[in-house]
Amino acid sequence: MDVGQLQTRFVDYRKSMFCEGLLDSQFIQLQQLQDESNPDFVVEVVSLFFEDSEKLLNELSKTLGQQTIDFKKVDAHVHQLKGSSSSIGAQRVKNACIAFRNYCEEENIEGCLRCVQQAKQEYFLVKGKLETLFRLEQQIVVAGGVIPMVE
Amino acid sequence: MNLGGGETVKSMSMPNSSVSWKSGDGVTDQFPAGLRVLVVDDDPTCLMILEKMLRNCLYEVTKCNRAEIALSLLRENKNGFDIVISDVHMPDMDGFKLLECVGLEMDLPVIMMSADDGKNVVMKGVTHGACDYLIKPVRIEALKNIWQHVVRRKKHEWKDFEQTGSVEDGERQQKPPEDADYSSSANEGNWRNSKKRKDEEEEAEERDDTSTLKKPRVVWSVELHQQFVAAVNQLGIDKAVPKKILELMNVPGLTRENVASHLQKYRLYLRRISGVSQHQSGFNNSFMGPSDATFGSISSLSGLDMQLPAQSLATLQAAVLGRSTTKSSISMPLVDQRNLFSFETPKPRFGEGQQQQLSNNSKQINLLHGIPTNMEPKQLANLHQSAQSFGGMNMQVNSHGSQSNSLLVQMAQPESRSQMLNEINGSHRIQSSMGQPIMSNGCASGVLARNGMANNARGTLYNPLSQASSVLDFSVNHGTDLPGSSFPIGGNAGISSLPSKEMLHEDVISETKGTRGFLPSYDVLSELHQQKSQVWGSQNVGLTYETSHHANMRGSCDVSPSVIVQQGFSSIQNNGQNRSAMGKAVFSSGQESAHGNVPNISQQPNTFLLDNLLMVKAERFPDASYHNTIFAEQLGQEDLMSVFLKQQGDTGSVESEFGFDGHHLDNLPV
Repeated sequence: MDVGQLQTRFVDYRKSMFCEGLLDSQFIQLQQLQDESNPDFVVEVVSLFFEDSEKLLNELSKTLGQQTIDFKKVDAHVHQLKGSSSSIGAQRVKNACIAFRNYCEEENIEGCLRCVQQAKQEYFLVKGKLETLFRLEQQIVVAGGVIPMVE
Repeated sequence: MNLGGGETVKSMSMPNSSVSWKSGDGVTDQFPAGLRVLVVDDDPTCLMILEKMLRNCLYEVTKCNRAEIALSLLRENKNGFDIVISDVHMPDMDGFKLLECVGLEMDLPVIMMSADDGKNVVMKGVTHGACDYLIKPVRIEALKNIWQHVVRRKKHEWKDFEQTGSVEDGERQQKPPEDADYSSSANEGNWRNSKKRKDEEEEAEERDDTSTLKKPRVVWSVELHQQFVAAVNQLGIDKAVPKKILELMNVPGLTRENVASHLQKYRLYLRRISGVSQHQSGFNNSFMGPSDATFGSISSLSGLDMQLPAQSLATLQAAVLGRSTTKSSISMPLVDQRNLFSFETPKPRFGEGQQQQLSNNSKQINLLHGIPTNMEPKQLANLHQSAQSFGGMNMQVNSHGSQSNSLLVQMAQPESRSQMLNEINGSHRIQSSMGQPIMSNGCASGVLARNGMANNARGTLYNPLSQASSVLDFSVNHGTDLPGSSFPIGGNAGISSLPSKEMLHEDVISETKGTRGFLPSYDVLSELHQQKSQVWGSQNVGLTYETSHHANMRGSCDVSPSVIVQQGFSSIQNNGQNRSAMGKAVFSSGQESAHGNVPNISQQPNTFLLDNLLMVKAERFPDASYHNTIFAEQLGQEDLMSVFLKQQGDTGSVESEFGFDGHHLDNLPV
């Protein structure tokens, strides 16, 4: 595949992520922050996000699996996940967190359990797609091309 | 000071740059580039993003993920940062707690942020003193303008400095407001920050005003000051905004900031020797001038029994006094305070024997510039005597901006004591102009002693009031702006220096740090008792004199123009200008209520008597300060005096004279 094609593939893929609501404008902000001094900024931040989120999700599952659920703690974790996902533009994850928080407030165990599942699902989905996106990006770079910016 | 063209006032001369935002870089023409930001967030993703964004804004960023680390970083480098951005929800320490600590210890602007945009949380941020609240995800655009908070705070600090005259907050060491002129915007909101400072400074209210501010100041020579006063008088209290004053003065090289800060001081130090205005920073101090000693005491308006809600008073005080004096001295026993003399002019301007009184009073009350800061009861007493001559005390109720705090008695006239009388009278007029009898509170006594210039009527003013319940009840809440802004604070307590010694000198002036002002003993007029709501300050100051205290106060409000609140109510507040000026004359002498209410309006330097009475809202002041001074001027001294005198005999009359309707000194700069 030549550079042009790689670029097109990349752009299309990215566009689809936006269309599906997996990413929002905040992600564009991240991309705009990237510059020569920080050429891997987006990848770095997103990697951090992955690490952090997985920890949070594990914690959430653990907390919800206890005999007596500490909803405050659950809420704190969800809040954090909401914050980080919104910061990188992982829209669907963020939305899942919003719903999750409502159930936390109500102390609805069922609802919370469902939500944590939902959050995990969304998270892994966006994670997978982002990883693909970065791979595509990398291919362009390797091929000597320039990564097209988001319009 | 000499204005010598180009002398920048306070901050101005600042090397530009508002002080190099960069640490030590000297000129920072590139400001806001180089702004030193400390960002705290336990979320590593957010932290990284923020850091990058801030770097892109050309700021110098330090990040940390724990509040404790942040605090220790801040403590180690007191001046190492310009602004702090912190997340609300953090595991080791609540973001609000960090916010408070930073605000108290380092007095840096703090921006809160969170993914939580609930109204309650945001409100919490506001109440804890955050200068802004960002919702995550934070966009770079939001970060681009954070420098404004730094500048704004500095500006306020600067003002506070001036007002309080005492830079005592050692630890706060506010950064020199060099950049004051940088942003020039008087944010009223900011004064809250200042208020914080003021609270801290309250203790020090008495402080010697001599503490010099760090900034170089324009030297206001006598002539310049005269010009200034003339301009202020010409404009009218409520219209005397720095800009216009500047235009009228037409002095080359003088900047608006110069005028603004001077206006503040003016109020505070009206009493001081005219023309001896020291550097602005020193103003406060200087205002306190000779009378400083006594003023110090004045700073606590405590004497003022202003009805103002304690809270408001406190606010006023805070505002007025700028950082410093927020003591709630407003509680000055107004009774004593009666003398709200806010005149600073220690000099016997009036040429009457009162001078001494004035000076005594003035000391206490010196509400410079009419800041009706707390007049100390003693002062009031003195004023009482001198109140007579006060006449001129124009107590201007400074209602900044709209506060009726006007107690500020502005003695706009500098040097002429007699003027003060006139002023008082004038203020009297003002009252009427205010539309309402500001003194209706009964404080009519509040002679708005305009501190402004040398009103020194201090002595004169207070006399009468001294006894009367000099309690000026400034119902701070009112925001009635006194048209003339001079509210005769004499209200309740007869702020006037009525003979009753209790007069508030102390009380009245109580907070005014340096209260130069002295709140002219307003006679608060019959209402003294209840005046509370009298908001005198047409403008900001809502001096409500509460005459409650003494029944006789009322009558006796000799009202020696006791409430000289002018000063600075407005100044006290935000713009700092007023600070000094807020002469919160609110002294509700003996007014209990007033006392509490009027928090030491005397903010800083000048005890605004009004503090108690005037709830000078800090906010209001900023511009109100001018008003205050203006009020004073307006008050015809004669009028006031007469009123006051009249008051003496009749409590009720005061009210009518002043017509306070419950103006409250809102702005008593505390």
